[in-house]
Amino acid sequence: MSKLLSKENKGVFLAPLNIDNPIAVQVLGICSALAVTAQLEPAIVMGFSVTVIVAMANVIISLIRKTIPNRIRIIIQLVVVAALVTIVSMVLKAFAYDVSVQLSVYVGLIITNCILMGRLEAFAMSNGPWPSLLDGIGNGLGYAYILVIVGAVRELFGSGTLLGIRIIPNVAYECGYENNGMMTMPAMALILLGCFIATLRYLNRDKERK
Amino acid sequence: MEHALSLFVRSIFVDNMIFASFLGMCSYLAVSKNVKTSFGLGIAVIFVLLVTVPINYLLQTKVLTGIEGVDLSYLSFILFIAVIAGIVQLVEMIVERFSPSLYAALGIFLPLIAVNCAIMGASLFMQQRIEMSPESSQFIGSIGDAIVYALGSGFGWLLAIVGLAAIREKMTYTNVPKPFQGLGITFIVVGLMAMAFMCFSGLKI
Repeated sequence: MSKLLSKENKGVFLAPLNIDNPIAVQVLGICSALAVTAQLEPAIVMGFSVTVIVAMANVIISLIRKTIPNRIRIIIQLVVVAALVTIVSMVLKAFAYDVSVQLSVYVGLIITNCILMGRLEAFAMSNGPWPSLLDGIGNGLGYAYILVIVGAVRELFGSGTLLGIRIIPNVAYECGYENNGMMTMPAMALILLGCFIATLRYLNRDKERK
Repeated sequence: MEHALSLFVRSIFVDNMIFASFLGMCSYLAVSKNVKTSFGLGIAVIFVLLVTVPINYLLQTKVLTGIEGVDLSYLSFILFIAVIAGIVQLVEMIVERFSPSLYAALGIFLPLIAVNCAIMGASLFMQQRIEMSPESSQFIGSIGDAIVYALGSGFGWLLAIVGLAAIREKMTYTNVPKPFQGLGITFIVVGLMAMAFMCFSGLKI
């Protein structure tokens, strides 16, 4: 057990959450991060799905990494990911139909999410299954938490609710408070994410210099 | 004809890949440092879209849902991505064989396009639009519509990436606050561009 949770593996798991964050630092998987964050619920579902898929795909690829011919590895990786995404999309349709309608094509687009290909290429192809699993979960969570933060900010200020529950009281509206409709627009997601990245880089400025 | 024109203009300006649905963001942000390379990537994207969307349209209508009593549409993800990856590989080989100069210019971008969300996204949107009502200006009802849609969305993507690259070239002379340098300010610029593109949203032909 001590070997499984060695310092190295811990680093593999924790780095993507902070200094090596897939969205803020590696700039991967931006497309879906912006498109599904108008509300909190789809953002959570999306983050969770991506985490599961990255972890599973990492494990599968790292198990078969020695048998994959180098020339066609991209296609093999894509097919493994596509199969996993098909399963997740079916599960979502069965158990969370409303959210899967909201996510529409973005569930299918997890296939081309650069986080997946990036992790498979950079990590799973050269590491064993256990570190790959940790790396997958770490990167998935690093992606998910940014989605959740952006989703929460946009839903709170855009429609005054969180997960559909009213947070800003009616009294505030009577006093003249108005929802910021801009927040629900796509453009605002970009600007929020830009500010978020800048904040994260400011907080990590000492670590980055090393 | 009227429908095709409306579909074309709409897919460039209103349903712009980048500004309305954030597709192809990764390479959009990574390659938009100068106008010349981003123009090359834009052309490559148009080209691959023009080939893959009509092929996937035929697969979707003739194979996946075309056989009586068999609905194979759950296979669409795997089939679409296999077609895209295969076509990209093929295009790469053909370009390498017949036009080495173009190959040298596009070189690194061609294989990258296989995992560009804009390509996959166009196929998935096309799949969605087949089921829309024929009156809708987003409806895709024939192979011609599919080609027009591919051309329009590819052109919209090209427009967006060249625009951003031009702004970023100018921005190298600007004194941006340190944490915002690079990625942060680029996001904000794209956000402002998206806002500008929002004024097209009522456009009708």
